[in-house]
Amino acid sequence: MTRGWKGGRLAALAVGATLALAACGSNSIDAETQENEKKAQAAGGACEELNMAVNPWVGYEASAYVVGTVAEQELGCTVNYKNLKEDVSWQGFATGEVDVVIEDWGHPDLEKKFFEGSGDGSAMDFGPNGNVGIIGWYVPPWLAEEHPDILEWENLNKYAQDFATSESGGQGQFLGADPSYVQFDEAIVENLDLDFKVVFSGSEAASIEAFEQAEKNKEFLIGYFYEPQWFMSVVPLEKVALPPYKEGCQEPPEDVDCDYPETVLKKIVSTEWAESGDPSVDLVKNFEWTNEDQNTVAKYISQDKMSQEDAAAKWVEENPDKVKAWLP
Amino acid sequence: MTATALRPPGAGARPEDDVAPVQRMRRIPRWALAVAVVVGWVVVWYFTKGTDTLTLGGRENTDTHDTLTSFRDWVLASRDTNPIVQLTTSIAEVFRSSVDWLQRMLSTANLPRPVPEVGWLGVTAVAAWVGLAIAGWRIALLVTASFLSFGILGFWQDSIDLLIVTFLAVLAAVVIGMPLAIWIATSARANSVVSVVLDLMQTMPTFVYLIPVVLFFGIGASGAVVATLIYALPPLVRIAGHGIRSVSPTTIEATDSAGQSRMQRLRKVQLPMARATIIVGLNQTIMAALSMATIASFVDGPGLGQPVLDGLKINDVGRAFVPGLLIVVIAVMLDRTTTAASERAENVARRGGHQHERRRKLLLAGTGLLALVLVYVSRVSLWAAEFPESELGTSLASVADSASTWVTDNLSSYTNPFRNEFTVLVLNGSDDRPGLQSLLAESPWYVTGAAIAVLALVVGGLRALLPTLVCLAGIYFLDLWHDAMITLTMTLVGTVLVMLLALVFGVWMARSRRTDLVVRPLLDAGQTIPPFVYLIPVLALFGPSRFTAIVAGIVYAAPAAIKLVADGVKGVPATTIEASRSTGATRWQEITKVQLPMARSSLVLATNQGLLYVLAMAVIGGLVGAGALGYDVVLGFSRSEEWGKGMAAGASIVLLGVMLDRITRAAAADRSAPREPSRTSRMRWGGI
Repeated sequence: MTRGWKGGRLAALAVGATLALAACGSNSIDAETQENEKKAQAAGGACEELNMAVNPWVGYEASAYVVGTVAEQELGCTVNYKNLKEDVSWQGFATGEVDVVIEDWGHPDLEKKFFEGSGDGSAMDFGPNGNVGIIGWYVPPWLAEEHPDILEWENLNKYAQDFATSESGGQGQFLGADPSYVQFDEAIVENLDLDFKVVFSGSEAASIEAFEQAEKNKEFLIGYFYEPQWFMSVVPLEKVALPPYKEGCQEPPEDVDCDYPETVLKKIVSTEWAESGDPSVDLVKNFEWTNEDQNTVAKYISQDKMSQEDAAAKWVEENPDKVKAWLP
Repeated sequence: MTATALRPPGAGARPEDDVAPVQRMRRIPRWALAVAVVVGWVVVWYFTKGTDTLTLGGRENTDTHDTLTSFRDWVLASRDTNPIVQLTTSIAEVFRSSVDWLQRMLSTANLPRPVPEVGWLGVTAVAAWVGLAIAGWRIALLVTASFLSFGILGFWQDSIDLLIVTFLAVLAAVVIGMPLAIWIATSARANSVVSVVLDLMQTMPTFVYLIPVVLFFGIGASGAVVATLIYALPPLVRIAGHGIRSVSPTTIEATDSAGQSRMQRLRKVQLPMARATIIVGLNQTIMAALSMATIASFVDGPGLGQPVLDGLKINDVGRAFVPGLLIVVIAVMLDRTTTAASERAENVARRGGHQHERRRKLLLAGTGLLALVLVYVSRVSLWAAEFPESELGTSLASVADSASTWVTDNLSSYTNPFRNEFTVLVLNGSDDRPGLQSLLAESPWYVTGAAIAVLALVVGGLRALLPTLVCLAGIYFLDLWHDAMITLTMTLVGTVLVMLLALVFGVWMARSRRTDLVVRPLLDAGQTIPPFVYLIPVLALFGPSRFTAIVAGIVYAAPAAIKLVADGVKGVPATTIEASRSTGATRWQEITKVQLPMARSSLVLATNQGLLYVLAMAVIGGLVGAGALGYDVVLGFSRSEEWGKGMAAGASIVLLGVMLDRITRAAAADRSAPREPSRTSRMRWGGI
């Protein structure tokens, strides 16, 4: 019965190996389990879960993970980060899948659908988060230095041919942005009689890569961009002055002939969650920080290649006073 | 949005005997007629260009689009009372809790435990054992190496999460797909109805239905499983249905005469005899499911797509590359495993059982015990539960990053001028010489429409004309004519380049075994790596432009076409080649006069698949500055008020796909033989 013996030997070997392997450091899992149990009891369940939408740009991540880290560390919440685009995030308020959108750049259509009054009331405005969005037309720094007059819109036509590409049909190319953003550039170009054609980059990655290459190779490029944005600390783009924004100059959309207004970025939250009395509600309500704060964390993530959690934890540790002001 | 096929159906099949020599009996050759049509078109273009092009601005939309949007809003508003939503939410709950449970078992901490119930050592051991049991030692080694690479490169949890989502989606595909496959195999009417639905599921860009899927099935794992399922179901249904249908009628008659019931016939004859084909279908379904990995993470689906998108957010090629590479590893692992398992099952069935049944059982029992022991160890020891940290992933990422930077820095001064020349020459043309795009998109819509219809008639006959007219009418009514023509241009140009590559590499691979060995894994990688990984380097080389979109389409479509051509040329019988050599043919003559003509059906199939694969990348094109329908789809996905426009763009892409598919099909069928195309070729043409 050699075969049977072989099987037996294998089994014996296995059992022996198990005991040997299990012997080393087997207690650490049990110990941690017990510790976690204790921690859960100590927290007393005051803070439930916090469902934080994470929209796909680094500045947003910075805000979301800083608030999440504070909620975890100070309030003992379990934070679920959910990587979603804006539309999907808003859809999730009513189902309880999303509690907080921490940085909203303005979505009139979604507000109409989900705010009290015109919509189902599942979402509500929770006030500004302290960041101010600046949207506009930007050029790479080398261009602003070499041709300073390019920073005035009146001079753009002079350079139109330099901006021409294979995509712009003989006119200058204006690089439109990721479709997620509100853009009136087609109307602006037409109403200001600019000899340009809007070519949409289609994604933030494509816009950033285009500006990066343009600066590196000293190429002409003008396009839609915005801050706060981590890329600005890598290549500080220069803003072109358009006719200044005046109340009502963006109505109707086809008649826009002015610059974009500064946008006060807001927090949008689930109405049901806001009324739940959870301690994290006050934290989100109180949360406010500056563009500079956000840029710091965004730089940790994008330049220093830290994970979102580590970047947020670092900032929280460095700024105890600011954090304290948010706590309930 | 993307269609992946490591091994497109029919790739290994021999060219059919009935597609013998081309008939050249007509008085005026078809190509001459086609050239005449194009010349006429150019003349009309010269006098009418720029009029009635139906151009719509990037951020403009029409009543049709608004109607579609308000329909979506109506569904959204009714979600609390809508019975369908109630049903789908409860289905979603099943998916969500299954994923959650599996994650706590295998990939995430099952609190209060700091680690999952089974650690990496146990999971790897069980996976390797399964590989051993179904496919043998070599596969067991491959599986072990793959699982270890998940951990070593630092993405253990994301990799296992992707496997969990894929597993559930494929399981659901089998549960839904097998009955459907049996149904379409036994009823011609069912076949024609289901085929249309499957076409729609495969060509409709995912970004169009992702938001509605989330509406019905929720955010996260459940939405990810359903979106994956929609895209992954068709190959199984098509290929399994074909396999069941093709079981030889004589066998069925013979067993029927023994007085079996329909159920018995199905269970004892049809399903077992179609087993190999069914597994090919399963393989394709798994590959399609994996190609959804990145898309699913747009709605918080767990898995390797998340780190890919994280890399994209900070324009870090290396950070996106490593998880992208692991998706390729998983794809190759599952492809080779299912293929080997099916071959082995075939062999066993042929020989009537394993040769050394008893020894095999003992071996499996012994190794199974060992796997269980390792599972136990991974439950109690931290080192076996949590993969030890390693720097390898980060170093690989930085190597990939600097490689990509080096390439783009050194080549972009050549690539950008090349892009310009190419675009002006082929796409834009000039005032008195049309480029392809100016011809298609800048002619008045009725001129382009008429020209396409006449060309379809010339190359494919009446059978091509009818679907072409229907599709063109549909595109017209969806109000995105101009964008559709630009997308069509890019698709055609991309396909021509794909076919050039396919001819060169396909013939080379077929004639040299060594080339085949080296190139094939690269092709597998090109097909399964998420496009999001290589978007940034391609953008750096060519800037945001239509050419960039064409390049992305080629990277994705060329592998499938190359493999089809290679397998077709390889299938030319050795005796035929011997015969031609004995007449003193040169190598060039041998390729052009013998191998390529005899592999014609594969070439046509490769063209057809190339067209559909390039078209599938239209949406990616929208993300890299190519505009057109791809941009409209992304716009609809990104801004809720534009959903209708995105939907219309998605439907236009479907119509373009169906039109191109029907024209190439009809052209080939019309040429090759007077009789109906065999069922085999029909199945293969289905845009898989």
